Amino acid sequence: MSAGATDLPVLLPYRAPAPIAPSGLAAPVLLGGGTFAAFAILFGASLALAQVTARPAGEGATTVLLRWAPLIFQGFLFNILISFLSMALGTLIGVLVGIAQVSLVAPLRKTAWGLTQFFRNAPWLVLLFYAMFLLPFEFRVFGLTIAFPAWVKAIIGLALPVAANVSEIVRGGVRSIPSGQWESAEALAFTRRQTMWMIILPQAFKRMIPPWMNLYAILTMATTLISVVGIQDGLTITRAALVAESRPELMIPMYTLLLLMFFAYCYPIARATMALERRFNVKA
Amino acid sequence: MASRHQLGEPVVVVAGVEKSFGSFKVLKDVGLIVRRGETVCIIGPSGSGKSTLLRCINGLVPISKGSITVAGREVNDPRLDKLSLRRDVGIVFQQYNLFPHKSALQNVMMAPIHVLKQDKAEVEERARRLLAKVGLSDKLASYPGELSGGQQQRVAIARSLAMNPKVMLFDEVTAALDPETKKEVLVTIQDLAAEGMTCILVTHEMGFAREVADHVYFTDGGLIVEHGPPAELFGAPREERTKAFLDKVL
Ligand SMILES: Nc1ncnc2c1ncn2[C@@H]1O[C@H](COP(=O)(O)OP(=O)(O)O)[C@@H](O)[C@H]1O
Ligand SMILES: [Mg+2]
Repeated sequence: MSAGATDLPVLLPYRAPAPIAPSGLAAPVLLGGGTFAAFAILFGASLALAQVTARPAGEGATTVLLRWAPLIFQGFLFNILISFLSMALGTLIGVLVGIAQVSLVAPLRKTAWGLTQFFRNAPWLVLLFYAMFLLPFEFRVFGLTIAFPAWVKAIIGLALPVAANVSEIVRGGVRSIPSGQWESAEALAFTRRQTMWMIILPQAFKRMIPPWMNLYAILTMATTLISVVGIQDGLTITRAALVAESRPELMIPMYTLLLLMFFAYCYPIARATMALERRFNVKA
Repeated sequence: MASRHQLGEPVVVVAGVEKSFGSFKVLKDVGLIVRRGETVCIIGPSGSGKSTLLRCINGLVPISKGSITVAGREVNDPRLDKLSLRRDVGIVFQQYNLFPHKSALQNVMMAPIHVLKQDKAEVEERARRLLAKVGLSDKLASYPGELSGGQQQRVAIARSLAMNPKVMLFDEVTAALDPETKKEVLVTIQDLAAEGMTCILVTHEMGFAREVADHVYFTDGGLIVEHGPPAELFGAPREERTKAFLDKVL
């Protein structure tokens, strides 16, 4: 799971209905601990190396790093903020498109399917560029001018693939509910809409949570893409710090520091996802 | 059973019904009449179209030809109000199909509240009464996953009854149950029939059919091969196919 999460995620097929087999409890913990330890060792070693190889005139590598760390952390927090907002927007749109994907109205269903496939199979960075350069920098509604800053456009750009993936998660979740549920609801004269919202979705919800959390972790890592379009996120600040210091030996410690922040945030989510999958698996 | 209560006017009339799935003809010219208060059993080999027939009666599956009326309403009239039809026809499935995220009491209450828009307190009162009637007073708060098959099936029966149907359809409701729990469900159905509920049941329980039915239909290959009072159909079947089937299952 944690390995899959770091690959380019958009091209991975959606696999929600088949939760992972319950594995030994200890293995993922050890694995996560091991990865974290590896990062920490890399971080420590590279820092020590930088310290040793520093030119006599310069500050100590640790001092420089500590000086920049709060700023990098702030940038990282901005990534998290972007991830929240994109996820919220993407989920909202994705749920609606996902429900449209199981509609009985063929044109609606097909349109929703087409949109989902298109945005699920497009590179995230390209979608981000599209949003950045195709959306206007301000909107005029009823004489009111609403500014459309870059970070808002970035949220929209990232929300597009998220929505497409959420749409697939919803469709898969709805499909995983046995047809007998639809049938007995219909026999009790529930309307299709009532059946969907009161009977199908509440059951599907449980199965949609793990893939949805997985998607969130992927999105969080993908938020660093916004540095490419010039937004001051954690990665931009790290790069700026390296340029400002112009000390190549700091490159590995600095980037590792940023990696550690993301790992410390995303890995618990991946762990929780696995735990939930296991629990639902046992229950189901 | 027939002698215990007066049979009323026809409630369900099926005439010349055909049903095809693609080019496959599942029902070929099926006809039957069920009167108010009557208990009708449908027996026959699996694949003979029994479930399909029941699903046609409450409009879950549209028919290709013929006519089905329930309480005087043509089921396949496109102008038919599906709600009023489904209010009148309850159906219980082999696989219970309870809503797993709702307690037994909620399962029974949901449709009257959300579909019939009835008063919640009133519905709850009725739901408790129905669950008591099927012997589940102590399981109101249990979720389907915590109930045995027989208990789930009885909740499903109570859930259907909560709509105050005029006729109940039972599709092999004991087929998935073990012998002990089968009994409790059969007793529930028998009580219902004795109270005068109109019932159509598809069943493989020949002893039960013989005991509870006013009239038995034997279907094979999408046709009604033979029908009659249970004593006749089980005791002295006229058709070879009926004899062969009964020899195999009895
Ligand atoms: N929705 C469907 N689509 C295609 N074939 C179906 C469908 N439902 C039932 N059938 C077919 O119709 C035949 C009769 O099925 P069914 O009514 O379930 O029989 P029974 O209940 O007597 O066993 C079977 O061969 C079954 O495969
Ligand atoms: Mg059947």
